[in-house]
Amino acid sequence: MTITEKILAAHSGKKEVKPGDLIMAKVDFVLANDITAPIAISEFKKIGAKEVFDRKRVTFVPDHFAPQKDIKAAEQCKMLRDFSRDYSLAYYYEVGRMGIEHALLPEEGLVLPGDVIVGADSHTCTYGALGAFSTGVGSTDVAAAMATGECWFKVPESMKFIYYGKPGKWVGGKDLILATIGDIGVDGALYAAMEFEGEAIKNLPMHGRLTMCNMAIEAGAKNGIIVPDSVTGDYVKARAKRQYEFYTSDKDGRYASLREYDCSKIPPTVSCPHLPSNTKPAAELADIRIDQVVIGSCTNGRLEDLREAASVIKGKKVHPDVRLIVIPATQGIYKQAMKEGLLEIFIDAEAVVSTPTCGPCLGGHMGVLAKGERAVATTNRNFVGRMGHPESEVYLSNPAVAAASAVMGRIAVPEELGL
Amino acid sequence: MIIKKARVWRLGDNVDTDAIIPARYLNTSVPEELAAHVMEDADRDFAKKVRKGDIIVAGKNFGCGSSREHAPIAIKAAGISAVVAESFARIFYRNAFNIGLPIFESKGISGRIAEGDEIEIDAGRGIIKNITKGGEFPAEPIPPFMQELINSGGLAEWTKKRLEK
Repeated sequence: MTITEKILAAHSGKKEVKPGDLIMAKVDFVLANDITAPIAISEFKKIGAKEVFDRKRVTFVPDHFAPQKDIKAAEQCKMLRDFSRDYSLAYYYEVGRMGIEHALLPEEGLVLPGDVIVGADSHTCTYGALGAFSTGVGSTDVAAAMATGECWFKVPESMKFIYYGKPGKWVGGKDLILATIGDIGVDGALYAAMEFEGEAIKNLPMHGRLTMCNMAIEAGAKNGIIVPDSVTGDYVKARAKRQYEFYTSDKDGRYASLREYDCSKIPPTVSCPHLPSNTKPAAELADIRIDQVVIGSCTNGRLEDLREAASVIKGKKVHPDVRLIVIPATQGIYKQAMKEGLLEIFIDAEAVVSTPTCGPCLGGHMGVLAKGERAVATTNRNFVGRMGHPESEVYLSNPAVAAASAVMGRIAVPEELGL
Repeated sequence: MIIKKARVWRLGDNVDTDAIIPARYLNTSVPEELAAHVMEDADRDFAKKVRKGDIIVAGKNFGCGSSREHAPIAIKAAGISAVVAESFARIFYRNAFNIGLPIFESKGISGRIAEGDEIEIDAGRGIIKNITKGGEFPAEPIPPFMQELINSGGLAEWTKKRLEK
């Protein structure tokens, strides 16, 4: 079996499962945010359960339209707060403690290797980087899981993606996953598990792994997953709030397909409007002028992402035609970035540094685009109207390319700044 | 279930949930409020033009992107009786069954039905009939478990019955 099959078998009380099997699996953790939780709460009440299945394994994170951007958003966030109090949830992340859910929950040690996790947010697949089966579902699925501690799944086929070779200086997890989506398309892994492995994955730090698994959904996948190793162990051991288990894939595990990528040939990569699969080398897009740059999100708002961006922008100024918005993904990241002087570098460069929020990524608040405006963002989607006006455009990149672009006022690579 | 003489709206491949209901409207989950903005970035008047019972016929990977259940809710509340597509993104697929929006997968359908055609869907037999131009096309059978969800009135009702046992 593959790691995905093993985790699903273990959680459904079976010795073995195979692709296509319909199973009812126990879930280890359930989450929703301020957009999806209100529907989950009302469906949970329809189900009529008196309690959540385990008050330490359900959490709400108000991160999308929080800090509350308008009255309606405030009402939605209040529903999360009230429910968390009324049902005595052990963890609830109010503004000041909250971060972007998929950066926050791994940091807090609430999502762990070997888990089955469902979240009413499509980027819940992020936690596959820890060696968990983790997938996005809708609000009603979350409501049912909150009530029963279980969720139904069709066991996915697994696709193997092998990465070898040494990536270039400014190439990271973001570039590997964008290149992969560019190769297979936005439905290239529809309903499947994307399993990432190879020497380049072994050498990829946890933040890069989280970025890769985060975007598995952009290829249509059910989950992204990396077999846990010492990098995983080092990351979780100081954080874990409960026991966890490492699963591996068998040598004779079945894979629907196998693809290999030579990382030494993957350049800093950009997804052009309006699909994540519409990829080009960043260096070929030097004539694309931009109005805004966003560095943050559940994809690339971690400390190492901020370090990378700061190393590019240090001592320089944001181009006069550009707004640079930097969003540390959690309060912990924010504080550490402050200690390391990263925030000072951004502010000296005339960027704005925001409190944690998903805000601009989905055109919610804190950096919405006007008609005809163009942004480079370290986020995950560039659909029509994603960051604002339907006639605005989003180019997806890694943090270094985003920072270089902010300085140049057009899409640029760090080498153009002599780095 | 048979859907009779329904008018078709044609959409392309990879219709994402931001296109179905832009995130700027997700500060509410009231179905009617969401329905007023369904597909508006592609066609500002879509919600006004849709008549009760109309069907969306789309290409591959319909409903890709975010997990927002608001997307099938907005489509259903706008009066759309079913969505037919070459394939569906998986979270949208789950959500549609969970909230009771009938959806049908039919390979090759996007080349066989045009905007404004009238079609009929016989869900039990898995047949999509183009009344305007003639022709019958097969829909993928609905898996038994999904049929059970539909019969129960959605996942919440199904779960409620399960907990009562």
